[in-house]
Amino acid sequence: MECQECHMRPATLHFTKIINGQKTEIHICEHCAKEKGDFHPASNSFSIHNLLSGLLGFEDPIGESPSESPFQQSSSLRCPECGMTYHQFVNKGKFGCAHCYETFQTKLDPVFRRVHGGNTTHKGKIPKRIGGDIQARREMDELKKALQRHIENEEFEQAAKVRDHIRSLERKGE
Amino acid sequence: MSLERFMNEAISPWMKAKGPDADIVLSSRIRLARNLRNYPFPLLAPPEMNQEANEHIKRSVKGKSYSDLGHFDMITIDELKPIEKRALVEKHMISPHLAEDSDYGSVLINEQESVSIMVNEEDHLRIQCLFPGFQLYEALTLATGVDDWLEQELDYAFDETRGYLTSCPTNVGTGMRASVMMHLPALVMTQQMNRIAPAINQLGLVVRGIYGEGSESLGNVFQISNQITLGKSEEDIVEDLRGVAMQLIQRERSARKSLLESSKVHMEDRVWRSYGTLANSRIMQSKEAATCLSDVRLGIDLDLIQGVSQDILNELMILTQPGFLQQYAGKTLDPEERDVLRATLIRERMKMEQGQDESH
Repeated sequence: MECQECHMRPATLHFTKIINGQKTEIHICEHCAKEKGDFHPASNSFSIHNLLSGLLGFEDPIGESPSESPFQQSSSLRCPECGMTYHQFVNKGKFGCAHCYETFQTKLDPVFRRVHGGNTTHKGKIPKRIGGDIQARREMDELKKALQRHIENEEFEQAAKVRDHIRSLERKGE
Repeated sequence: MSLERFMNEAISPWMKAKGPDADIVLSSRIRLARNLRNYPFPLLAPPEMNQEANEHIKRSVKGKSYSDLGHFDMITIDELKPIEKRALVEKHMISPHLAEDSDYGSVLINEQESVSIMVNEEDHLRIQCLFPGFQLYEALTLATGVDDWLEQELDYAFDETRGYLTSCPTNVGTGMRASVMMHLPALVMTQQMNRIAPAINQLGLVVRGIYGEGSESLGNVFQISNQITLGKSEEDIVEDLRGVAMQLIQRERSARKSLLESSKVHMEDRVWRSYGTLANSRIMQSKEAATCLSDVRLGIDLDLIQGVSQDILNELMILTQPGFLQQYAGKTLDPEERDVLRATLIRERMKMEQGQDESH
């Protein structure tokens, strides 16, 4: 195959660009790639985003049946809200909207684990207004755990206190 | 415009206050990334959606104020001249991305310029609080307050397991980046910084130059920030950063002390040479300016140079950036013209110091 830019040298670099679902294939020689700049992998400054999409891309085939090509998987995963496909997400390293997190849910744990030192679950702040019930639920979970601990340690007086506290919270919630 | 008046406008009011450990920590910053639940993230959204999101945010905060922060100025990025945009970037009030690539971007800034809320950056909202010196917890408290205030009016994209949802997977969870700007000349001179930086990276923190990601260190000023935003609470992240910054402060102080003990004359020579360069040059590139300013600041901190204000480094580092120089000149300048104006401005500023010194 000859380079589609200069039509002289053989094409040694092959790219597939997918922009808004439009697929373009580019076959180009090393020389022209350097000249065009944006096709040469080493010409772009190596930012966190490149690094990230590298990680995301790497995640793609692992753990999936080998017969299924990455392209087929991506076409089945498309965010219903913003229209972003998993493939686009991998390329850009950015989510399109809040719903992308649900859409790509099954694939995100390994990504987050790498980027965030092994963590996948939020432990920080909860918004006061919209997260009110989450906060209450977290507190309740904590109290129930504490109750269990007290019972196991046969600290029945404390256990009774915690139980009363849980009951009063439950009454308030009704 | 007189230099004094220009400087007064160019230097943010919050910078004029003196913070703790100001001999090493120039400023502390907390940034929170937040998105609206019902709009696609700005980076990839169609312009009309970004316009809607911008209008929605504008309507929600218009005429309101938080605590004693006073009035917020709402600035539309597209209405700014290129030079004005650059000046805001150099002041760290907005990001280069917001200045150049956002659509329907705007920013809310309080009078002290200690709080800026960017709209339609990579995320819908980027809340940033800046404090002088080493005041990470103060910055966190204020940022949390501003966040709660905005949340009363706006529906955030939040998920129970993933936390605050952000455009980039590297910000998800707390959406928080905490950072300190540190002047570490002695650690650089003693070649310790080369060893310390990789060690800091292993702790989930990042060391960068003064203008953020990808920028090189100018004038021995380093920005240290957290990399991990998911799986740790805001307080834990700040505490980890604070711990590392404390160690850096101690090491920098002991390196300064030993430099002074082992080679005082060399140190004096170095800082006074730089002083001479700043006070007399006619052409000055930004890199040279940064290096000399760092030396002079160290000289002041070590009491080798008296009668020059400590703020000179922070002030002149910002004032001698291309955007500010051009704002001062009131027109675009080519690099050579900038270098000449930079030298002039620095000389003038040094003269002001001497004048003040005599009047004492």
